[in-house]
Amino acid sequence: MTTSTITIKGHDGDEIEAYLARPEGDGPRGGVVVIHHMPGYDRATKEITRRFAEMGYDAICPNLYWRDAPGAAPDDAAAVARAKGGVPDERLVGDVGGAASYLRSLPSSNGKVGTIGYCSGGRQSVLAACNLDVDAAVDCYGAFVTGTPPENFPMRRNIVDQLPNLRAPLLGLFGAEDQYPSPEQVAELREILAANGKPFEEHTYEDAGHAFFAVDRPAYRVAAANDGWQRIAAFYGTHLKG
Amino acid sequence: MCTYETVRVAVDGSGKGPGGQWMHVTDATVYFDHPVHAMADHTLNIDLADPARGPSARVALELTAASARALVAAIQEALAAVPAELTR
Repeated sequence: MTTSTITIKGHDGDEIEAYLARPEGDGPRGGVVVIHHMPGYDRATKEITRRFAEMGYDAICPNLYWRDAPGAAPDDAAAVARAKGGVPDERLVGDVGGAASYLRSLPSSNGKVGTIGYCSGGRQSVLAACNLDVDAAVDCYGAFVTGTPPENFPMRRNIVDQLPNLRAPLLGLFGAEDQYPSPEQVAELREILAANGKPFEEHTYEDAGHAFFAVDRPAYRVAAANDGWQRIAAFYGTHLKG
Repeated sequence: MCTYETVRVAVDGSGKGPGGQWMHVTDATVYFDHPVHAMADHTLNIDLADPARGPSARVALELTAASARALVAAIQEALAAVPAELTR
């Protein structure tokens, strides 16, 4: 495996930082865009990116806060991005699109690219798959894909109106004890996708809440996370092979 | 959950920040969300910052909800305990 920090073209052609992890060998193989959570482009997310390389994919994590705080520590960059109101949806789509294009430009690429995101990145993974040509998308407990954000959440809205445009099979991994997204909101997602004929594989884990994949947080639930990783491997194994 | 909601307020004072150096702070952001360091799923987070000096010019706090309420009460108590002319 090789890892490097590179510059890619993001939304509007802006140059942004990204973390790249690649397996040994020439391929061909699929690629994975890892969308970081609100705490930012941090060590935990880079570990996830490396895990996808270990699983056999070219993996990239764009730094969504690069414009807000280039070169800053991840937690400081997240604080600045938050103070500015967060990542606009349009910019997110552009940055993920740039990351996907970069993966497809690699000599090892088989042309297939999947997205995955955690927490806020879960919503953004679905958002990207509604607006970009990707081959598979994974949503790990993303809030406000469905459901109605409280009135005092001015910068956020759900993406129910975009779900009919979903362009890729979706894998959703959720915790039964999570309230954002709640099991009711997951059910709404399931119903909307079924009504629109969109492939959706869903697993909701008992004894797990939000962020159960996060090994460095109290929310970590080993059984749910281990099973979730197996689901992800099988899902990408089906949709990113070739 | 990621609440996204962030309350901002202008402040005037100082904090001890990166490298143990005191710095002037001009902005406070307050939000309830996942912490970076605290061992809790969610915390009340406060950033006291001077954005003009860059992203690292920040004093960060992550407090449990109960701790944050206790802090608010303590601040109110401390302010109430001194003559009003000192705290205008």
